[in-house]
Amino acid sequence: MTDRPFSDHEFEQFLGQDKLMGSRCAACGALFVPPRSICPRCYGAEMEWAEMKGTGTLTAFTCIAIGPSFMADEGYDRENPYCTGVVELEEKVRVVARIEGVDTRNPEGISIGTPVTARFLHRRGDRGDRTFLAFEPLSRCDRRG
Amino acid sequence: MNKTRKLGRGVAIVGAGMSDFGMFEDKDSKDLFADAFRQMLASVDKGVDPRDIDALYLGNFTNDFFVGQSHWSAIISDAIGLVPRPATRTEGACASSALALREGVFAIASGFYDMVLIGGVEDMSKRSTREVAEGLALAAVPYERKSGFTFPGVFGTIATAYFEKYGASRRHLMNVTIKSHNNAPLNPKAQYCVSIRDIMNDKIGRARAEGAPIPDWSDEVDFLSDPRANPAIAWPLHLFDCCPISDGAGCMLLVGEEMAKSFTDDPLYIVGLGQGSGRGLHAAEDLTTFEATRAAAGEAYGMAGLGPEDIQFAEVHDCFSIAELIHIEDLGFFEPGEGYRAVEEGLTRLDGSKPINTSGGLKCKGHPVGATGVAQLIEIWQQLRQSAGERQVPGGNLRIGAAHSLGGTGGTSTFTILERR
Repeated sequence: MTDRPFSDHEFEQFLGQDKLMGSRCAACGALFVPPRSICPRCYGAEMEWAEMKGTGTLTAFTCIAIGPSFMADEGYDRENPYCTGVVELEEKVRVVARIEGVDTRNPEGISIGTPVTARFLHRRGDRGDRTFLAFEPLSRCDRRG
Repeated sequence: MNKTRKLGRGVAIVGAGMSDFGMFEDKDSKDLFADAFRQMLASVDKGVDPRDIDALYLGNFTNDFFVGQSHWSAIISDAIGLVPRPATRTEGACASSALALREGVFAIASGFYDMVLIGGVEDMSKRSTREVAEGLALAAVPYERKSGFTFPGVFGTIATAYFEKYGASRRHLMNVTIKSHNNAPLNPKAQYCVSIRDIMNDKIGRARAEGAPIPDWSDEVDFLSDPRANPAIAWPLHLFDCCPISDGAGCMLLVGEEMAKSFTDDPLYIVGLGQGSGRGLHAAEDLTTFEATRAAAGEAYGMAGLGPEDIQFAEVHDCFSIAELIHIEDLGFFEPGEGYRAVEEGLTRLDGSKPINTSGGLKCKGHPVGATGVAQLIEIWQQLRQSAGERQVPGGNLRIGAAHSLGGTGGTSTFTILERR
């Protein structure tokens, strides 16, 4: 794993294996998700892979009625909006991701601060398979577990 | 980082012109820019010979995508007769022509050129709304695009963060829209020269004429709260929170300060220039502020030796209603979290203590992306020279105005302060 470059390509490869991975600066310890190869804090260039637990809280979101064609192809439209947002991970870094399992027809009912857990959406496409990072609210039994 | 910057040679604006903004089936970028150029030439009080223009800097975001044609700097240079003088394109998404201004200023300040034409153009309306949305998303951060964010989606997300942090609501976004639409009927070049009340009354009149059920909207807020009149685009943002798809062009003539009075007795001087860069949503520490704007403002205020209280009025980049609230806080006009209260109290109206977007803003004037930066500066030019007609900021004592542009989802920001002496 240590030989893999800290690139978006490798980040996506990991998503395909249901892993949410970032990079940690060997010099100053700063954590980045998706990974960076250069630390913007101390300019250190030595990084280590770090796997995230995949849990966090919803920090901000939107429910989109008119999306790009790849979302329209999944059946989303004005009548069936999708949610996407910013999640702060337990490790105190943020990621942007799709938000699943919320009622997008009643966005007033979606709460910032909701605990969420990662899901990996595997999609087949003309140009190869891709995995999209998503989060969904933790169910009560997940929270107990 | 905190160095105070200055120009090696002062630079003045001696002419400005812009096309009408709107959706024009029968006009391309050459036609639009030629309109702007003709008006610019006519605006130079003592006249100018276009043969004296040394170079062109042209802002254009992505006509490559919108009309399948790139390299507009040379095409425009040819269209207005500047060939073989140098023509350079600048790209900073929605701030593209604000960057053209900077490059033009630097070229004159260095002593290399004496007279530079700066401008911008975009031709967006020939594509479908979905295609335009995809074209604009080219300026977002790749992670955002993959997560399904659109431009309205990014700003909708910012809005939820702002609401959560400061207790604002959709009602406060509506106040921004209503204010901008109240200025728009006073701007003959605006794409939507109409107030929200007029739009509302027009719809009621049409329903009556057609014998359809007559809507019972009591006021503008009631109208904007009705999802049939104002559908969600990227909740909490609705149609009337978003700027339109527009075609348009604008340009300005810059000269070395010492030459300015040979072209006009009333030039404007560039006293503050700032630019910053920013990062994506996931990497921002706080979603309710743009790091790039704060950097740009700091640089421009430092150069001018001025503070936010000295800016008498401003154009800010209201691509979405929420953006105007964030910008008026980032530029220091109001404290963080106080912007929405200031708008509610009317402070940003044409007759308020800090008029914002007297042109109607991107929301009503239109937002031909590559032309927007220069068009904002043209509004400052008209206001400072007391030539803004019915929308002239009252009081008659204008000396300092400023324009703020934001590129993409905060990746580029500029702030430019102009002075009339």
